[in-house]
Amino acid sequence: MKILVCISNVPDTTSKINFSGDNKSFDKNGVQFVINPWDEYALTRAIELKEAKGGTVTVLNVGEADAEPNIRKALAIGADDAIRVNAHPKDAFFVAQQIAAIAKQNNYDIILMGKESIDYNGFQVHNMVGEMLGIPSITPAFKLDLVDDSTARLEREIEGGKEVVEVKLPFVASAQQPMSEPRIPNMRGIMTARTKPLQVVEPVSAEAKADYVSFSKPEKKGGVKMIDAENAGELITLLRNEAKVL
Amino acid sequence: MSVLVFVEGFNGEIKKSSLEAATYGYQVAQQLGTTATAVAIGEVHEDALAKLGEHGISKVLYDADSRLNQFVADAYVKVIAKAAQQENAKVLVFSNSNIGAAVGSKLAVRLNGSLATNVTTLPKTDGGQFIVTRSVFSGKAFADVNLTSDVKIIAVKKNALEAASTGSGSATVEKFSADLSDADFVAAPKETIMQDTSGGVLLTEAEIVVSGGRGLKGPENWHLIEDLAKALGAATACSKPVADLDWRPHHEHVGQTGIAVSPNLYIAIGISGAIQHLAGVNSSKVIVVINKDPEAPFFKAADYGIVGDAFDVVPKLIEAAKALDK
Repeated sequence: MKILVCISNVPDTTSKINFSGDNKSFDKNGVQFVINPWDEYALTRAIELKEAKGGTVTVLNVGEADAEPNIRKALAIGADDAIRVNAHPKDAFFVAQQIAAIAKQNNYDIILMGKESIDYNGFQVHNMVGEMLGIPSITPAFKLDLVDDSTARLEREIEGGKEVVEVKLPFVASAQQPMSEPRIPNMRGIMTARTKPLQVVEPVSAEAKADYVSFSKPEKKGGVKMIDAENAGELITLLRNEAKVL
Repeated sequence: MSVLVFVEGFNGEIKKSSLEAATYGYQVAQQLGTTATAVAIGEVHEDALAKLGEHGISKVLYDADSRLNQFVADAYVKVIAKAAQQENAKVLVFSNSNIGAAVGSKLAVRLNGSLATNVTTLPKTDGGQFIVTRSVFSGKAFADVNLTSDVKIIAVKKNALEAASTGSGSATVEKFSADLSDADFVAAPKETIMQDTSGGVLLTEAEIVVSGGRGLKGPENWHLIEDLAKALGAATACSKPVADLDWRPHHEHVGQTGIAVSPNLYIAIGISGAIQHLAGVNSSKVIVVINKDPEAPFFKAADYGIVGDAFDVVPKLIEAAKALDK
């Protein structure tokens, strides 16, 4: 069983978001980068499947060299090897083309990734990869089990419910919680990760289709109006007459 | 050339978010000097489809194939791609739902189009550009994106604009078929299980959300959240720790790694307001925070706040809410 897990290198969930002076790029100063939380669900589930059924887990990142500490972290958690496509991830279409190119060379049985990244929140790449490869994409999945060597059973979220889907391998799935319980790498894992192969490859020629022109932040709120707990019912009146949301 | 809007049904009616997408599609069509057509799939009442005319849609292409009552991405894509080709659609509009974003992503590949999800504004089309604003960094920022392909695909963030009525009457509903084969259904669901949706209000569609945190002390006290939600016609939600403790199911967890919501009113009860929680709810128009800790960080993001114990405050709110319509 060959599993490919695609990870993004994203600002820590507690990061304050700032942009360059001309608002054309994200300001990385003082920002800690982590493995995208949803990708961690995918990574851990892939490692659990490998531990149960055998096989390999390869980690793939489309990104620049500063992503390597988090790629090593994924190796420390239990992935076997890693590939970094040496490119700035311009947009979802560009990233999907890089992933599809790697997948075409290596015939993975399962391709997993998070349902979206917490920076660009696109919810696009998994479905694009599935479409580019002509294989099913099941998203967003919160449960993934193997029925046998050629079939997987997934549960995916739909608005207001869930669907149970069985698909033949190969397929693409995106992960959300509670697909797995993300792991913290132990010392042995960290030591072993240093010697695991991390291959850096150049990107295939691919175009971006969305050009990020500028960034901005939401306007600050006007402050909170406090209501005395003894007269809590007054809140309902304010929500109707002042805020006009009831 | 036209604008094509994909509309989703729920219990035979058009989802509110799809009415917003229809309004968006109509407004783009007005900008471009063309008309907006909708495509609908599966189990939707035909009179509901005709009413799309009130949101500016002139024609609806309706594929009533019963195999499409469940979401099957490949089959949906085939239907919408054929409709886009027939209508010579250069702009495709979806709601930013799980279905809309999934189908939009696949169509971007199939139609060689540019896709923007989580879109919050109408396009700016000066100088041959097509720039839309999308919500990024979990609602902590916006990005202006120029869609450079001939075909533009837009998934509109829920509640980003109102589903306005144009008063232009009824839409023509035409039967439509994309000659689907078994190969289009290889990833069809074996089973669909609908969850309790808080009296019929879907969390992702709700205009009001009442959400509880660890301040509720245990699942046995959740009736306070449910009763207030019922009195307000709201959906219920919870914070991540509550879902992790199994007090509530994970599909109710809102926040950065849960569901992002953008209702008109978000009431957070017993939730301190970790930055990850805030990231999933900060697009809400009005935020109310009820917490007994006056230092809870959530108050900084709130429009209205009450410092008090949920067990004292919420019953008073339920009473006041019930009295509203008497």
